[in-house]
Amino acid sequence: MTDVIPLARLMQGNEAIAEGALDAGARFFAGYPITPSTEIAEILAKKLPIVGGKFIQMEDEMASMAAVIGASLAGLKALTATSGPGFSLKQENLGFAAIAEVPCVVVNVQRCGPSTGIPTATAQGDVMQARWGTHGDHPVIALCPSSVQESYSLTIRAFNLSEKYRTPVILLTEEIVSHLRERVNLPQPGEIPVINRKKPPAGLKKYYPYRAGEDGVPPMANFCEGYRYHVTGLVHNENGVPTTNPELAQQLLNRLNNKIMDHLDDIVTYDSHLTEDAEIIVIAYGAVARSAKRAVRDARSEGIKAGLFRPVTIWPFPYREVAALSQQARAIIVPEMNMGQIKGEVECAARNSTKVVGLNRFGGEIITPGEILGVIKSI
Amino acid sequence: MQGNAERYLNKERLPHIWCPGCGNGIVLGALIRAFDKMGVDQDKTVVISGIGCSSRASGYLDFNSMHTTHGRALAFATGIKLARPEINVFVLMGDGDASAIGGNHLIHAARRNIDITTVIFNNSIYGMTGGQYSPLTPRDCRATTAPYGTVERPFDLAGLAQAAGATYVGRATTYHTGLLTRLIISGACHKGFSVIEAVTACPVSFGRRNEMGSGHEMLMWQKEHGVPVEKAKHLTPEEMKDKFIIGELHKSVAPEYTEIYGQLIKKAQCSYKGE
Repeated sequence: MTDVIPLARLMQGNEAIAEGALDAGARFFAGYPITPSTEIAEILAKKLPIVGGKFIQMEDEMASMAAVIGASLAGLKALTATSGPGFSLKQENLGFAAIAEVPCVVVNVQRCGPSTGIPTATAQGDVMQARWGTHGDHPVIALCPSSVQESYSLTIRAFNLSEKYRTPVILLTEEIVSHLRERVNLPQPGEIPVINRKKPPAGLKKYYPYRAGEDGVPPMANFCEGYRYHVTGLVHNENGVPTTNPELAQQLLNRLNNKIMDHLDDIVTYDSHLTEDAEIIVIAYGAVARSAKRAVRDARSEGIKAGLFRPVTIWPFPYREVAALSQQARAIIVPEMNMGQIKGEVECAARNSTKVVGLNRFGGEIITPGEILGVIKSI
Repeated sequence: MQGNAERYLNKERLPHIWCPGCGNGIVLGALIRAFDKMGVDQDKTVVISGIGCSSRASGYLDFNSMHTTHGRALAFATGIKLARPEINVFVLMGDGDASAIGGNHLIHAARRNIDITTVIFNNSIYGMTGGQYSPLTPRDCRATTAPYGTVERPFDLAGLAQAAGATYVGRATTYHTGLLTRLIISGACHKGFSVIEAVTACPVSFGRRNEMGSGHEMLMWQKEHGVPVEKAKHLTPEEMKDKFIIGELHKSVAPEYTEIYGQLIKKAQCSYKGE
């Protein structure tokens, strides 16, 4: 029995997210029941108190997002989990977290929409909402897991990125990945990379809550830890005081954007499979990437030089990498469970240098390897 | 200002944005006097507000303060209080903020009986946006969105809070500032969810359209229409018709949310060890 990996477990995607959150150091969850994300709340309701953490079922989705932000400012790593209709309601305070620079994680288990749609059916229809759902220009980080293993590891990464960059991070998963059960290899305790928010040095004469160093990320003092300061959703100066000065507004919004866009090498991750010599490249994310991987292998066995590029970080989108691939590929195929939300971004990156073909299903079913192979062979 | 209440103001952030005759500064004055009398520790206290004229008050105070989104102050405050129950939490909201867009958060914070002290500035109008009617605007009053007079029935905010489960409820006006200060102190010392309604004047956006006169005249209106609890007991419904009761309106004892959650943690940890 010496070959048994002691920390391998059969897990559901939502369970892996809950476990990942706990291992990342999350100690606060606020949420509202919604299919297909509910297991995350149910598991954390049970497990958070055991580690001294807090769980609260709030009166609505807006309140859940607000409570998460409050808890984070009070010093706890915090998350909420929801699905389409709830994600729409969270947009208000997601914007607050972005401008007030409060680290937090929002899990959106996508389901078929719009509106109530098909609550139990899978979809990828919230990709653009994750990017632009809250009003105004704002930075966003969103990660898309393809497996239960990745649901675990990307949850930890979501917390780490949110703490490092003082920004909300969206884990953009789907019903199909969240309800899938697979083996997950858990790291040994102590092997889990955990990043905590950068704090101001103790004993500063004056703390400016929104004065950043070169990295664009201001050190963050938790509430009631010795530095008194004001937090607001209004445009504010370095001292957190509201201002309508256009120059200061421009500076703040630029810094918020640049603190993400200046660190793309750290934030943007992706997976490439057989792309080196590929003439036909499939770009897919989430569950669809798994069908795409099979389709690419099947195409190879039939002598077609196909490859798969899988964005793991969906926002910021890997434009640079897709632009490079568009130079080598005869065609790019973008299968997704929506009407072509990422296809538009691929076209933007490719700038007409290659043909971009969409393959879209949005009725609540996954795209099969056979369907993708069919498109590959038709080119 | 008597005592040392001014230390609770962040003078760098003054002057305030409120109009001449506005009563919000009087409420803020009562609040910092209450802080002074209680000796509130600025490093162990947070002040959270929503959106609107009154909610700018959090920015004029020297605390860890947060000016949140419209209506949501209590939800943010619930996150802070549950995360760190040892922090004292004060919430400042306006009448539209607390009873319209934030009505759900108000009744659920009351239901949970979470230990937060809430001061609601009731000026009967949405002042920041220029005078639209709120759920607290009395019947037949004029507002920019009620050019023929309001047709909706107003809430009894204190009654709403009590019915939803708040364990301390009081009401005062910006004329009765001593009472207002005392109610804030009692509410803050009370373990559980406290709501103090502060009736305040908006001469520019409410009084002007309803021929209520200057800020001073509106204060006199408050003096004449606010009837202390004890006195009200001896008045007939007819005599109380256009009046409202001020003072301590409700006080009860119920388990406080973060204390119960603390017990839940111990229970969960014990049963986990037992497994």
